[in-house]
Amino acid sequence: MKVLQEEGVDTIFGFPGGAVIDIYDELVKTEINHILVRHEQGAVHAADGYARASGRIGVCLVTSGPGATNTVTGIASAYMDSIPIVVLTGQVNTSLIGNDAFQEVDIVGISRPCTKHNYLVKNVEELGRILKEAFHIARSGRPGPVLVDLPKDVMQSFTEFRSNEEVRLRSYQPTYQPNMKQLARVINLIKKSERPLIFAGGGVISSGASNELKKFAKKIHAPVSSSLMGLGAFPASDPLWLGMLGMHGTYRANMSTSECDLLIGIGVRFDDRVTGKTQSFASKAKIVHIDIDPTSISKNIPVHTPIVGDCRITLQKLNSFLAKETMRGLKGIRDPWLEQISEWKAKKSLAYNQKDIIKPQFVVEKIYELTGGKAIISTEVGQNQMWAAQYYHFDKPNSFITSGGLGCMGFGFPAAIGAQAACPDRVVVDIAGDGSIQMNIQEMATAVQFNLPVKIAVLNNRYLGMVRQWQELFYDRCYACTDMEAAPDFLKLAEAYGAVGLRATTPEEVVPVLKKALAVNKPVIMDFLVEREEGVYPMVPAGADITEMLLV
Amino acid sequence: MNNNGIKEKHTLSLLVENEPGVLARIAGLFSGRGFNIESLCVAETTEPTISRVTLVTKGDMYILEQIKKHLNKLIAVIKVFDFTGSPFVQRELALIKIKAKPEYRAEILRMVDIFRSRIVDVGTEHYTVEITGDGGKIEAFLELLKPLGVKEIARTGAIALAREKK
Repeated sequence: MKVLQEEGVDTIFGFPGGAVIDIYDELVKTEINHILVRHEQGAVHAADGYARASGRIGVCLVTSGPGATNTVTGIASAYMDSIPIVVLTGQVNTSLIGNDAFQEVDIVGISRPCTKHNYLVKNVEELGRILKEAFHIARSGRPGPVLVDLPKDVMQSFTEFRSNEEVRLRSYQPTYQPNMKQLARVINLIKKSERPLIFAGGGVISSGASNELKKFAKKIHAPVSSSLMGLGAFPASDPLWLGMLGMHGTYRANMSTSECDLLIGIGVRFDDRVTGKTQSFASKAKIVHIDIDPTSISKNIPVHTPIVGDCRITLQKLNSFLAKETMRGLKGIRDPWLEQISEWKAKKSLAYNQKDIIKPQFVVEKIYELTGGKAIISTEVGQNQMWAAQYYHFDKPNSFITSGGLGCMGFGFPAAIGAQAACPDRVVVDIAGDGSIQMNIQEMATAVQFNLPVKIAVLNNRYLGMVRQWQELFYDRCYACTDMEAAPDFLKLAEAYGAVGLRATTPEEVVPVLKKALAVNKPVIMDFLVEREEGVYPMVPAGADITEMLLV
Repeated sequence: MNNNGIKEKHTLSLLVENEPGVLARIAGLFSGRGFNIESLCVAETTEPTISRVTLVTKGDMYILEQIKKHLNKLIAVIKVFDFTGSPFVQRELALIKIKAKPEYRAEILRMVDIFRSRIVDVGTEHYTVEITGDGGKIEAFLELLKPLGVKEIARTGAIALAREKK
């Protein structure tokens, strides 16, 4: 407990059980706020949302056996997106481990491939050190989830608390400082480049490098695009912003990627949803890749100039190099490139036509307008996620919370709860689909109990929309098992939980419903009955060149 | 980026924390990412908190690069050496139980002598031979013994150390 407090933990998301009663017995005696979820998966997603919104470590506590296995999806999602969380799981008595005891599971074994590191605490003497290490590992280097398995008998024993032990691991020293020679090479490449493009990812956000990125882009007059995880790293209101690139990227972002002569990837991992066909990805460009994790470099795309280091420190160094350089004349060189990009921009790839039936894009745009672009937006996974990414324009980091790598349905709502707990003064909206919201709808009770006034906007098309869209485009419109005709009445469902339910069936009702929802200090479900067969465009078919976009 | 996809055998030597689960982490990394392990040997070093893992793997330059980076990324792995490409000594050990009928005993002993191996167990009907060397030597020895009747065999993977500068 003392370690947790020393680490600045103010909130734990959890669900008690036999193996962790002792911990709970101590927990309630502390100042730490405990948020009782309704399913352990919700606890991990909430800790994840808390971490993304606050930049601090999210912590969750669950019991052994099923409690532990229920965390796995959440842990895998945090692992894929490099989110620092610490998952504390109960375990049976050390004497019973391996005996198939009641509620026993080898969670250290199960979670090994989806945690950054994990521990089984075998005696109480190790507890303090291990917890310290867990927090250290979760937050440093490329952040990620760390699981600590806590047997009941270890939790029942006592030891003297030793404070402020410094964590030093001989086997773990992430590289923060970039190689200076490589930086000099990058400066040269920038000077020579006529058509540079910056591609920012989640690493910019997790290292807190947004301001440095802004400075960098302005100084070198380079347009900026980002991955899904990088949204908010660079202000969407900036003229240099191109929008997201990749499978559902904007026309100009994808065209720029193909045409640029220098691609500077910062805190990205060149995921397949970004690159499409890897052979033709940015094929005219020299690629610079800045990342703290050497395994990300040249994993999917061969890199011309790799830089292993922290994004913020690296950008600071690049900026101070550049401050000494006169960049006069550079703007002139870049003008034709920027003009070309505004030509591409004229092809309004995100245009849609709002007629009688509510368009989901329209709902997201109105959410953007009515929240002044200042809300924390979480999403579920599928079409709702992509529309949120395309039509909500993020100016600030730590504002867009989405399960990017794992693509985990049921993520958005508990993550929104975590974000709301971290930032009580901000508006938190979960942009959801009718399919994925039902995957963790039980957390409504959590939101109500702890008065976390999360607003859920269900873009209700009664389909598993993204899969339906693939079926429409690539499977001859055979909508196999994607029609969700039987669904709960979300309005009544909200009321049953003690929350507020609202519905919009026509475009005229969208704004009043949103205004009403934003005005109440309670959790709200908004049910927007949207165009059933609306698709997400532009779309690059999986594995195709990213310029082969299907436009509306 | 890759050397035309040519797959090469590499001997990697890792210093790792001597704690439970480390081997599972390494094995899990290989299976999870579709890398391949040809052989693997683990034992404590003179420093009891550190173990040395010697691992033989196969892949093109690109795969090897990824394997090394991922091994380094494991928290419990202290250091990764790739011996291939620089001078190193590598040995394997095999215990071979051979049918040893009286009329073949002299022949077996001659071969044991030629290969500088040793008999470590003798029975009325068998010899058990201990042989060390690189994989090729052990293979060659086995080929010669096979016609005489190899009853059982136990082989280790390779262990290796880099050569010191002379």
